[in-house]
Amino acid sequence: MNFEHTEERRMLADSLNRFIAERYDVETRNRIAATEQGFSTEMWQQFSELGVIGALVREEDGGYGGAGFDIAVVFEALGRGLVLEPLLGSAVLAAECISSTGNVAQKEVLEQIVSAATIIAFAHDEPGAHYELARVGTTARRDGDGFVLDGNKAVVLAGDQAGLFVVSARTAGNVDAEAGISLFLVPRDAPGLHVLGTPTMDGGRVAELTLAGVRVGADALLGDEGQGYATLERAVGRGILALCAEALGAMEAAKAATLDYLRTRKQFGVPIGSFQALQHRMADLLLEIEQARSAVINAAAVLDGDRLTRERALSAAKASIGRIGALVAEECIQLHGGIGMTWELPMAHFAKRLVMIDHQLGDEDHHLARYIALGRQPVPA
Amino acid sequence: MDLNFTPQEEQFGTEVRAFLAEKLPERLSGKVASGKHLSKQDMQAWHAILNERGWLANHWPQEYGGPGWSAIEKFIFENECALANAPRVVPFGVNMLGPVLIKYGNEAQQRYWLPRILDGSDWWCQGYSEPGAGSDLAAVQTSAVRGIDADGEHYIVNGQKTWTTLGQYANMIFCLVRTNREAKKQAGISFLLIDMNSPGVDVRPIITLDGEHEVNEVFFTDVRVPLENLVGEENHGWTCAKYLLTYERTNIAGVGFSVAALARLKQVAATQTRNGKPLLEDPAFALRLARVEIDLENMKTTNLRVIAAVAGGGVPGAESSMLKIRGTEIRQEILSLTRRAMGVYARPFSQDMLDGDYTGPQFGPDFAAAATAHYFNNRKLSIFGGSNEIQKNIISKMILGL
Repeated sequence: MNFEHTEERRMLADSLNRFIAERYDVETRNRIAATEQGFSTEMWQQFSELGVIGALVREEDGGYGGAGFDIAVVFEALGRGLVLEPLLGSAVLAAECISSTGNVAQKEVLEQIVSAATIIAFAHDEPGAHYELARVGTTARRDGDGFVLDGNKAVVLAGDQAGLFVVSARTAGNVDAEAGISLFLVPRDAPGLHVLGTPTMDGGRVAELTLAGVRVGADALLGDEGQGYATLERAVGRGILALCAEALGAMEAAKAATLDYLRTRKQFGVPIGSFQALQHRMADLLLEIEQARSAVINAAAVLDGDRLTRERALSAAKASIGRIGALVAEECIQLHGGIGMTWELPMAHFAKRLVMIDHQLGDEDHHLARYIALGRQPVPA
Repeated sequence: MDLNFTPQEEQFGTEVRAFLAEKLPERLSGKVASGKHLSKQDMQAWHAILNERGWLANHWPQEYGGPGWSAIEKFIFENECALANAPRVVPFGVNMLGPVLIKYGNEAQQRYWLPRILDGSDWWCQGYSEPGAGSDLAAVQTSAVRGIDADGEHYIVNGQKTWTTLGQYANMIFCLVRTNREAKKQAGISFLLIDMNSPGVDVRPIITLDGEHEVNEVFFTDVRVPLENLVGEENHGWTCAKYLLTYERTNIAGVGFSVAALARLKQVAATQTRNGKPLLEDPAFALRLARVEIDLENMKTTNLRVIAAVAGGGVPGAESSMLKIRGTEIRQEILSLTRRAMGVYARPFSQDMLDGDYTGPQFGPDFAAAATAHYFNNRKLSIFGGSNEIQKNIISKMILGL
């Protein structure tokens, strides 16, 4: 048994942590978040040069990592910096869809993801789906040798900066059927594609997509027609791990800031950290965050394992992170008192991100229910 | 034991509902219902409507312009207002300073300031907290020193107040100031009324984590304050301060707000779907909803029990700490569930989406942007007005005798 990361991953984590500490303080981050683009092209390039994007992508696709612990190490560091650049949407979610099902021509774009030359958005969620992976109302009907897509996509990460979209659409079956979902590559300038961007509560931008008679050729189809669900599950699984690790980094940062405050803030003539009522709450946070770390390790370790083991560990992790993330956010605000409510305090931004992570790729309730449902399926021998 | 309101109280409730149906402008209730920001003019308009009916200062005795309601009637009124999505009464002048002036102010102060609170001539804000004096309120450092010049004797005030809610709209501030540095903590504090337009007063916004400007810092640099603006005796301001805090704690359970917020949550959960069915039917969500609904039902009765115990008059003591803790926890949980119900649409947000005249695009269901903003903004409920930790200290000491 060995819980140490490989030397290569430790070195990557060190250099990324150093970069964030020196170049990506919360004030800088909030300045970037307020720009029209919502992230910094320069920083995006820097992450590419540091090898951060490559670490998320497999060797055969032009990267040099892509394993569960690569994702975990990178995103924990990104979480400590509340990084805004579109690593999750482009380098994890969209990249995995292309990597696992794309043909040679389609995979060429992966290199551009790694070099930060292009951003690809993952357009899957829909209004009213409420985290159900199989609920796809967007349709793709055959038209000559191509397809015509119609529907709406909700809260697409970096949607208004992407040059290309991975879009899920139904080619057969009922609205909630796993079978019959297909994935398509849709360029930003496709006629009929309308993108409406908006800022978010926790920084970074998202967009609503309307597809009205968007025509794509046969070469836009990713993988086999109607077989997209398994790909979605793999991609979203990697995204869940990334979000859980990001939350872990944000929790550690929020905890460190709160601990520091308890040691320095004086009321009634003493540091407020000397009050036992607050000490016990801080001890509880430490305990919960260690449990969250174990949940991330459990999920990362089985990311390339059999489906049922993998998906249960991922849902377990996301359910844990959903509960613990909100707890850490709320407690850190409360332990700070009034100052914890202010924009000026970096901790408040970690708290917001922690709560909002529970609104991406399935919340605590969704993953608890999913964990129960997966547990009823027979485990392969 | 009889949990029913008396026929007279029922009649009073009917009267309040009729008043709200007739007088509460839809323009205002619509903003409250949709979670939009109220402007200064909105709040002033609602004060004027209540004042016209004689219902604005409902904690004041009749001889000073109050309606002479019992504790139960005040509860009914506040409850009905919340259910009708009425704006909140801005409490600083009406519910905080007013009672202090009535109890400790001299006749001249009462005659001058009280009518101005009622007719809206003055907008008051509260100068209690300081950067170093939050939960430890008696640690205030802002100083007031007597000085004499050609214009006679006055106080010179220096220092800083913080968390001044809606201070950007105020023309007057009531402050706890230190008039004696030698005395021990509480003993050297005085209660002073300060004109915000005096030279040397500087109001700076504090932006909260949701991006809103609701609270402020107020700086005082050699601000001259007339001696007649001292309320009560010099160095005895702590008595006023404590008396005011008991009024700050009336309606602290916020049961009416919780009932209104729960109704909205159910509305959201009925329209948002999961697995093609309303969230209301989702087992996990239904469980969370039921828990908080039960807590609220219990709190309604706990609140009324405390109110009934003091129905003879006055205000509740340490028991109000129970109402504050559990009441704010319930409100926060309802807001948390409302956010949860929005799913992926909890994230899209910019401050202007909550403007009353916002005409830009809407992302997701009605109330989505407001749900997340309200959730974060109301983390303050368990911090302000004496943090919930301070309330537990009060319970430990005053009720449990530990």
